Amino acid sequence: MTTYANTPHTPGDVLPDHPDFLWRNPDPKPSYDVVVVGGGGHGLATAYYLAKNHGITNIAVLEKGWLAGGNMARNTTIIRSNYLWDESSGIYEHSLKLWETLEEELDYPILFSQRGVLNLAHSLQDVRDSRRRVHANQLNGIDAEWLEPDEVAKVCPIVNVSSDVRYPVHGATYQPRAGIAKHDYVAWGFARRANDLGIDLIQDCEVTGIDISDGRVTGVRTTRGRIAAGKVALAAAGHSSVLGAMAGLRLPLQSHPLQALVSELLEPVHPTVVMSNAVHVYVSQAHKGELVMGAGIDSYNGYGQRGAFHIIERQMAAALELFPVFARAHMLRTWAGIVDVTPDASPIVGLTPVRDLYLNCGWGTGGFKATPGVGWCFAHTVATGEPHPYNAPFTLSRFTTGALIDEHGAAAVAH
Amino acid sequence: MQLIECPWCGAREEAEFHYGGQAHVAHPEDPHALDDEQWARYVFFRDNPKGPFAERWAHAAGCRRWFNALRDTVTHEFLAVYRVGDPPPPVPGTAPATHRTAPGAQPRQGQEATS
Ligand SMILES: Cc1cc2nc3c(=O)[nH]c(=O)nc-3n(C[C@H](O)[C@H](O)[C@H](O)COP(=O)(O)OP(=O)(O)OC[C@H]3O[C@@H](n4cnc5c(N)ncnc54)[C@H](O)[C@@H]3O)c2cc1C
Ligand SMILES: [Zn+2]
Repeated sequence: MTTYANTPHTPGDVLPDHPDFLWRNPDPKPSYDVVVVGGGGHGLATAYYLAKNHGITNIAVLEKGWLAGGNMARNTTIIRSNYLWDESSGIYEHSLKLWETLEEELDYPILFSQRGVLNLAHSLQDVRDSRRRVHANQLNGIDAEWLEPDEVAKVCPIVNVSSDVRYPVHGATYQPRAGIAKHDYVAWGFARRANDLGIDLIQDCEVTGIDISDGRVTGVRTTRGRIAAGKVALAAAGHSSVLGAMAGLRLPLQSHPLQALVSELLEPVHPTVVMSNAVHVYVSQAHKGELVMGAGIDSYNGYGQRGAFHIIERQMAAALELFPVFARAHMLRTWAGIVDVTPDASPIVGLTPVRDLYLNCGWGTGGFKATPGVGWCFAHTVATGEPHPYNAPFTLSRFTTGALIDEHGAAAVAH
Repeated sequence: MQLIECPWCGAREEAEFHYGGQAHVAHPEDPHALDDEQWARYVFFRDNPKGPFAERWAHAAGCRRWFNALRDTVTHEFLAVYRVGDPPPPVPGTAPATHRTAPGAQPRQGQEATS
């Protein structure tokens, strides 16, 4: 009998066919109605909703590297809407509602798992701030609860809630509808549907200049030639300042490394997501089994997609403080993205002083959860020339008017 | 761990240092004279270059003194360190760096001068 083993062969000669490609790789056309700069989650979702909700399909998404290779590929996928202020509740809860039906919407598995998020409180001040946030959330119809330490232990039995630790757990906020999703699948799901709707997803195409005449944007210069555009929508995350400078805009952003790490694969032990601003770490367990951990940004500005090792060391020390059970787990991998941080820890989404040039940036350490929501609202802004009510408060001008949306309490270590 | 050269103590580990953001931003001479736009620029807007950046560092766990550094934000390499009050050294291989200040900002007596 002829078998694979007794026939001469070269390695790889009997591989199955390549799986279907999820999108074409077209060359750029000379002109588009809308050019979206940045092929991360936000750019892809914006393009998708421009087509789906507004019927605009002559769109290119330009990506300098590969699709979703920036923060979209590097984030720790925490999704929640338990921010303090009404403005934030509006846009983040809009996004969370979209997550709840996104798998059907995209007809693609995204492994959205509403396993809940705990934000731990370790001091009296933490307790007060947390309860205030729970009350604010409840007034906004968001499923927030305050849990006492014994209730925390019921939700997540492996958290150390004993009083015999340096920073005892005094309780936690809990949002049961929060959770995680598979970031790559989310990007690919949006990319596939955008492609099906006729949108050109163009990789290896770096925008190097923005053409403006008479105060109006007319196109972009790229490493693959000039592309004319009726409108240009910036969604370049960590590189937003660089893009802004091309259009003469100075933005209130600082780009920082943000690191994360995963452990080796473990049996399912961690049923939810746990974050602690005070002990300075957050931990979840991915579907595959790795523990996923992160914390705050590296302090200095950085565009290098890497950070310092002592930051990682501190994150692991903090994780052990909360989860002694992880003492024998091995770190498998660490990495960093470039996050664009604003002075009030809230994003900037809207119009710019340049006509037909739109800006989405400043999501810093927490924009993955906003992917469908911001795609929806930014698409509305670009299509109609007016901000959607959910992003209307998130203007660039708020730094002059003083109408800041200070979310440092809900966004420091927590993403 | 990256070593940072303190102008007073020499090379020490990065964890001993505290970051202070963009250097050479002078406090406005007369804050009341600024309009909202100018005040916003001073308070909230800082350069965020991809490449060499003149910035402030403090040797927090050492001599506790502030100094300035020219650092590449892509490679994280320190191109130069210099004392507060000194102008930023030229970026190797380029024209001398220029630095923007907030509109209406004037260096105050006893504060570092803007180049
Ligand atoms: C380690 C880490 C953990 C995080 N954890 C969370 C979390 O748990 N929950 C959460 O909600 N958020 C989290 N975030 C934040 C989240 O990842 C970002 O806010 C979000 O991904 C930003 O939107 P994006 O996906 O469009 O960005 P990106 O994926 O970074 O997309 C921007 C794209 O623009 C491209 N680009 C830049 N310049 C140009 C140019 N000149 N021309 C063409 N293309 C260009 C880039 O290559 C990039 O692909 C985390 C981020 C990091 C780094
Ligand atoms: Zn020193």
